[in-house]
Amino acid sequence: MSQFAINIMFVGGSFLIYILIAVWAKAGSTKDFYVAGGGVHPITNGMAIGADWMSAASFISMAGIIAASGYASSAYLMGWTGGYVLLAMLLAPYLRKFGKFTVPEFIGDRFYSKQARLVAVICLIVASLTYVIGQMAGAGVAFSRFLEVDSTTGLMIAAVVIFIYSVLGGMKGITYTQVAQYIVLIIAYTIPAVFISFQLTGNPVPALGLFSTHIDSGMPILDKLNQVITDVGFSEYSADVDSHLNMVLFTLTLMIGTAGLPHVIIRFFTVPKVADARWSAGWALVFIALLYLTAPAVASMARLNLMTTVYPDGTAAEPIRYEDRPQWVKEWEVTGLIKYVDKNEDGRIQMYNDGSDPAAQAFKPQAEARGWEGNELDVNRDIIVLANPEIANLPGWVIGLIAAGGLAAALSTAAGLLLAISSAVSHDLIKGSINPGITDKGELLAARISMAVAIVVATYLGANPPGFAAQVVALAFGIAAASLFPALMMGIFSKRINNTGAIAGMLSGLVFTLSYIFVYKGWFFIPGTANLADIPANWVLGISPLSIGAIGALVNFAVAFAVANATEEPPVEIQELVESVRYPRGAGQAQDH
Amino acid sequence: MPGHSYDAEKYWKANLRLIFGSLIVWALVSYGFGIVLRPMLSGIPIGGTDLGFWFAQQGSILTFIGLIFHYAWRMNRLDKQFGVDEE
Repeated sequence: MSQFAINIMFVGGSFLIYILIAVWAKAGSTKDFYVAGGGVHPITNGMAIGADWMSAASFISMAGIIAASGYASSAYLMGWTGGYVLLAMLLAPYLRKFGKFTVPEFIGDRFYSKQARLVAVICLIVASLTYVIGQMAGAGVAFSRFLEVDSTTGLMIAAVVIFIYSVLGGMKGITYTQVAQYIVLIIAYTIPAVFISFQLTGNPVPALGLFSTHIDSGMPILDKLNQVITDVGFSEYSADVDSHLNMVLFTLTLMIGTAGLPHVIIRFFTVPKVADARWSAGWALVFIALLYLTAPAVASMARLNLMTTVYPDGTAAEPIRYEDRPQWVKEWEVTGLIKYVDKNEDGRIQMYNDGSDPAAQAFKPQAEARGWEGNELDVNRDIIVLANPEIANLPGWVIGLIAAGGLAAALSTAAGLLLAISSAVSHDLIKGSINPGITDKGELLAARISMAVAIVVATYLGANPPGFAAQVVALAFGIAAASLFPALMMGIFSKRINNTGAIAGMLSGLVFTLSYIFVYKGWFFIPGTANLADIPANWVLGISPLSIGAIGALVNFAVAFAVANATEEPPVEIQELVESVRYPRGAGQAQDH
Repeated sequence: MPGHSYDAEKYWKANLRLIFGSLIVWALVSYGFGIVLRPMLSGIPIGGTDLGFWFAQQGSILTFIGLIFHYAWRMNRLDKQFGVDEE
């Protein structure tokens, strides 16, 4: 059977399962649609959160980023998991006790203000929509490589599949589909990693293989990797970062951003009890950790394999001839994600660090002495995971599995985000402001229509990604960290914060964070409008635009406290509401007004 | 709602103490061992690298899992003790 047929079989088979689940889990009421009827078991919910959380970024990109920069990228590993500690202790149980359908609804009720709810809706839509673009684009890459269709056609197929199970089933359909998607993606991620870890270290558990001995050299694998890459001018894989402050703030931004992202928070509304919300967070992190503990192993081993491919006889010998390059390099060249330019016209592939950093400068004389005229191989870091099975010469079915896994990761996250968007539109905007008298049936229809519209918009943006697609992660986490997380936390932990304080806090956190990002990335990401070049020398105190969300959150807290203390106390019934979310008794199930 | 507000206050204080303790550990393993204190731990080797590297890439995640389950277990017990659990 051809590789193409195998891929079709795996991807088609997984899609069929998702659709069958959707038909089985059709939503009959707004409660089914928004919170899956409120009866999801905490372990099931944990698994669904895992799939919801692990996006194309986690599955496809993260290992590639770590492979490229080593220790410095640990911020992603800690940031995207540490947020669950905050969720479990500071937000999820209390919001579950509050027992409504959406995040803006809590903010609106707690701060007794329609404006506050509206600000929250806008933050939610911007954060979720920017995030969903990345998922659609990721699905497009996976389609174009494995199913040999162009990425627009691939996106259309993905959109139809998401449409069927999310419009039909709402949260109920999405939750049970995500359980299936979690299983597909974790198997797909783990199997190649197990093979590769076993080949390189003899240890079949990748998380342990990372700290084991490399069979060929007899050295610890990380030592071997450090040696091979420093030989060609890269800095050490385990090298420390220049600015601890920046790494701390970046990690913190990712953590509080994670805890503040609405599509994650609403998952905790689907379990029956407050106690289950706490367990759910733990289970979610267990399922997430299965991938996150494997990712750093995949990263370092893929980097080593790549180096061995280019320098089969060691870094001191000449690199491989272009005509002898392996099949997988040829296939990825077709997609443009691997590019080769023979700068010194010797027919070989020189891959080394020709950048401007100190390590590269130190290596320059050596490169010149060897007749090298610049790095000749560009490998897009997004292909590290997708190409992993091919790099390690694994059988064809593993490649089919990776294709299905990458798509499962992208689709499950996209569906969760789209649900957060559609519930904000139908529940917070339409029912909350425009037409409060709408019937349950009418609202359900509105939710389905807004879901459909969101899918169309996301598909369009995925097919025509705006130039700033790469920056959107900073934006989504920055917004969630600087606006939503502090507002939610203060709403629970302080009785003193009033409507004026909360709105002032959210807006100043948001404006501060966006301004800092725009100064370096361009105003509204319009090219050429950046005030300063986005390089470490220009950053205030060495804080990168990616790390600013944490400071934005501090601004939010400070402004909210100052303004709230200068204005009147919240009404008694609001103080009672705060009191009531702190005690689990009497939660009942998530419900409408 | 708990019987009288004195108990309610004690329950909330106990929760805050537990959160505070958990977050100290949370910060210590990630921002501490994983980043700021890494140079101090560089003398402790682990399979080709140092303890700080391990905390940054794996140790902190494992600790986070332990923290959440510990918190859930303690809180669910506190709920019952103070009679604020859901039947």
